[in-house]
Amino acid sequence: MWQGFIAELSRTMDEILRSFGRFLPRFLEMLLLVVVGGIIAFVLSAIVRSILRLARFDKLSEHTGAAHLLRRTALPSPTEMLARFVFWVAWIGFILVAVSVLPVPWLWPHISDFFVFLPRLIAAVFIVFFGLLGATFFSRAALLGGVNADVPSPRLISQTLRVMIIFFVISLAFEFVGVGSRTVLIAFSLTFGALMLGLAIAFGLGGKELAKKYLERRFAREQYPREARHEHEDELSPL
Amino acid sequence: MPAESILSDDFIRELMNVGDVDIVVGVPTYNAARTVGQVVQAVRAGLLKYFPRERSVIINADGGSRDGTQDLVRAAAISDLSATSDIHALRTLHSISTQYENGPANGVALHTILAASDLLQARACAIVSPESTTLEPEWIERLLRPVFRDGKDLVLPVYRRHKFDGLLIRNLVYPMAKALYGCSVREPYPADFSFSAELGSRFLEQDVWNQEQGRYGTELWMTLWAANAKCKLAQMFLGAKTRREDAPSDLVAAMRETAGTLFCSLEAYSSVWRSSPQLVPAPCSGCEAAISEEHSRLNRKRLHDMFTFGVKELDPVFLSILTPPTHERLKELAELPEDKFAYAGELWARTVYEFAVAYQKAVIGRDHIVQALVPLFRGRAYTFLTENRDASAEMVEQNIEILCQAFEKEKPTLIDLWDGRK
Repeated sequence: MWQGFIAELSRTMDEILRSFGRFLPRFLEMLLLVVVGGIIAFVLSAIVRSILRLARFDKLSEHTGAAHLLRRTALPSPTEMLARFVFWVAWIGFILVAVSVLPVPWLWPHISDFFVFLPRLIAAVFIVFFGLLGATFFSRAALLGGVNADVPSPRLISQTLRVMIIFFVISLAFEFVGVGSRTVLIAFSLTFGALMLGLAIAFGLGGKELAKKYLERRFAREQYPREARHEHEDELSPL
Repeated sequence: MPAESILSDDFIRELMNVGDVDIVVGVPTYNAARTVGQVVQAVRAGLLKYFPRERSVIINADGGSRDGTQDLVRAAAISDLSATSDIHALRTLHSISTQYENGPANGVALHTILAASDLLQARACAIVSPESTTLEPEWIERLLRPVFRDGKDLVLPVYRRHKFDGLLIRNLVYPMAKALYGCSVREPYPADFSFSAELGSRFLEQDVWNQEQGRYGTELWMTLWAANAKCKLAQMFLGAKTRREDAPSDLVAAMRETAGTLFCSLEAYSSVWRSSPQLVPAPCSGCEAAISEEHSRLNRKRLHDMFTFGVKELDPVFLSILTPPTHERLKELAELPEDKFAYAGELWARTVYEFAVAYQKAVIGRDHIVQALVPLFRGRAYTFLTENRDASAEMVEQNIEILCQAFEKEKPTLIDLWDGRK
């Protein structure tokens, strides 16, 4: 019996050693891939950083307001952020490839899920970036147009527009990555609907006269003599 | 792109029917039915009276009018002048109307007229605005004679205008063009002007016609180009220029056409303005009493209110454009009550230069930079109106020259900012 136990134990030990022998080269292979991946990710991020610096990406980000946002939250510059993003995405990709080399079958579906998810994540980042660009551009255009047309509260209009665009962009980005898309969509619809209803009530109650004047100016120009419109004032003659 | 390629086949056919000419008078139009008829009649009268032996053609380049402008031009062109005056034609005076594509844009109209003039090998070309309702036949003679007979390259107008007309020209374009390029012509953004065939061909060769300056503010670009190319300039007093009662006053568009073009020119001519350019000779014939002093009904209070409102509301935009000291000074200015408000020439010049540098560096969208200057200009216009409320024509001229000196004085600031030293 004792001999049988020893034989079983030695067989088990052999199997463990064999398994370990099979696992060790894979593990070393994984480590090698992680290290090489880290180096490649570092080189990639350095290349991206150089390209972005050459393309004056930080200046472009100033236009989008992204740089301002990052400064306020004490984060690095947009170039640095994107370079680091590339580094981590590339390195995590290599780590996952490296892990897939190991004989751990339950990890494999998760790894392939990540690679399906990765393009969506990158697309979502781009959506947010260009969305911020659009939000800043359109809100500034609204602000300038409002000020030059002497519209009351142009900054409020501009900020409202900005928040709406950012909200829309974020919901779009979430939709893209498939995270809480329904919740975000419902939240967006509720906010947008509430805002529109609020504006409609506010204009209906407070802007009755303004709307009347606007419609008269817009559609009944002939019946509304110029003298009455400008209260006997001359227009500024710039040229 | 060859100049002829912008001309339609039908238009080229009409031009070929006319054959070579000596004089082209171009009339760029867009929805100008109210005034274009009388302008074309005056042009015809001028050509027949003062250039009866020369082969002439009137070319109307229309931007797609929907009010029958082109029909009115054609009707005016075939009306019989000899029935109402003692003018009798020695030659057939042709008149062609064409509609250009990608309009309305005055620059495209000018490009069309330039290309047509080049094709017809005209010796001189005049451009008249359909808004020039006070145009007399003599204007055609005054515009064309220096080119046609005295060998001038570019003839610019001088009008008798109300002292508060052309505020953007007097407070920005003229002082800045004079300080930076030595271009001291009184109407650098002319409505009526003329140029020689040689200069016309050189304009056509420039790579500007696909750019923004080739669409809007093109007349100002032409003036600056000719001044910097050391062309022979002349100024000619034409007469009174009054504004139409219902003339639209789009200050933002005017700012785009003038400040936008000027800011753009800084990059192209940086070697000129960095040095100390000599005044470009532009002798003026009959330029006395160029300002009339009639009563004005401009609402100064509204200008002041719009300035203070603009400074307050556009604070985040100005943060990107202006240097902190200038921004602070503007904010302090916006706090002042109307009776103490004065936007001094030096501060205005500095503001404009900082905007020009921001435009060059594109710190935000360039069009937004130009738009942001509008409320500040209203503040400057308020000060100009206040300073010159009771001023005589001579005093107004003096004040404008003082402003030119302020632009000159602030030039080192522009150079420092341009080079990134500030």
